[in-house]
Amino acid sequence: MSLATPTPEATTAPGMTTTLQVQNLNFFYGQFQGLKNINLDIFEKKVTAFIGPSGCGKSTLLRTLNRMYDLYPGQRAEGAIMYSGRNILDADVDVNVLRAKIGMVFQKPTPFPMSIYENIAFGVRLYENLTRGEMDERVEWALNKAALWSEVKDKLHKSGLSLSGGQQQRLCIARGVAVKPDVLLLDEPTSALDPISTVKIEELISELKEDYTITIVTHNMQQAARCSDYTAYMYLGELVEFGETDKIFLNPSKKETQDYITGRFG
Amino acid sequence: MPNEHSSKQYELDLEAIRSRVLQMGGLVEKQFHDAMICFRTIDVKEAERIIAADEEVNRLEVQLDDFCSHLIVKRQPAANDLRTVMATIKIITDLERIGDEATKIARAARALHERGTVPIAHEKTVRVMASSAGRQLNGALDAFARLDEKQATRLILGDEEIDIEYRAVMRNAVTFMMEDPRTISASLDTLWVAKAIERIGDHAKNIAEYVIYIVEGKDIRHTDYASAQQAGG
Repeated sequence: MSLATPTPEATTAPGMTTTLQVQNLNFFYGQFQGLKNINLDIFEKKVTAFIGPSGCGKSTLLRTLNRMYDLYPGQRAEGAIMYSGRNILDADVDVNVLRAKIGMVFQKPTPFPMSIYENIAFGVRLYENLTRGEMDERVEWALNKAALWSEVKDKLHKSGLSLSGGQQQRLCIARGVAVKPDVLLLDEPTSALDPISTVKIEELISELKEDYTITIVTHNMQQAARCSDYTAYMYLGELVEFGETDKIFLNPSKKETQDYITGRFG
Repeated sequence: MPNEHSSKQYELDLEAIRSRVLQMGGLVEKQFHDAMICFRTIDVKEAERIIAADEEVNRLEVQLDDFCSHLIVKRQPAANDLRTVMATIKIITDLERIGDEATKIARAARALHERGTVPIAHEKTVRVMASSAGRQLNGALDAFARLDEKQATRLILGDEEIDIEYRAVMRNAVTFMMEDPRTISASLDTLWVAKAIERIGDHAKNIAEYVIYIVEGKDIRHTDYASAQQAGG
């Protein structure tokens, strides 16, 4: 493994806390190396966007942050991802606890085939013993956080699948939020949604960052520009440039980044 | 040079904006040049033509503004493309003002004719000033066409020269007016012209500043950027 060459921009800004610190991360799909020596800081209560063309490794990177890749044989990560003083890649890390702390929302809404209420309560029960009243409160709190409460409060016992796509996605976010994680990983959360639902999710992201650290993978460059505080541009498994979003979209340091965000790619 | 856009039409649209700015620049350059000849020769017919031709400059400004709005709404430009569009919107405002200043010079020529006076004594100093401003304007358009930030930096520093020349014309005119009050109205006309030329120099400097914004992403307005660059390099 080669030594790290830190990206000039990837330095901690003053007054910022690093939630996740990715150090010399390499990732392999069998023989194929999907990530090459990534070094990156994810800051607390900020939104960090990963952008780049298909196959650049942005989803792979996101999936290493809560070890989602563990579900697939033949995939492995080397290096370190420091979280709360631990390397989460270590074999003895309890991935269930980890995933409660670092939650994930996927591209397509994935509500469970159960009631709206149960969609949220189900996950909470895995980690906590709450009374009926406490659970009711938690469900309402999570649905409020996900800006869905007013739309579903009269039909909590209807199926989660009866909601519209945008509502389903917010339900998934509520489910993620309900277990009170530190970090939310969003993998193209709006790519299957209509423009109005997209706006709602984007508004939600800016509200959620008051309490959570958020990492988002998106193909929509304007979305990254609108929603994120930091942007990482990746290409062919490498981190090309990482910096403040405003800087990346107005005046990126690297020509490769500029070519990509202005549509001069390929 | 940057790579081409994946979208050919986007590339063509940006190119069209650049070439229309240069077309507009060429037009105001000619307006300014013709206005100075007209001031020297006191040709009323030519003055009228120059005043009328400002319409075309105004039309190009409106057209380019519209073009930029459409590009923003269709493409959401980023990085250097965004800077190009933002700078273009500002550059064409400066170009339009230069057109207005050329019109003022043509009007002054017309006024001189109506009074039947010729302020021969200031003519040479004003001409020197005009050729400095003409060079600055030409250089600024050239720097925009080639995205040459070094040339733009030189032009920003060069504006000082025009300001010095302007003050010389003013002192000269004041002396004249004190010596012979009959020259006051003609001297004032000359001063308006000198002021117009000085403003054209300022607009050329603004354009040079936008070139630096496009190339380097730095907004250097109201800073000592150019002097610092010269001291550093």
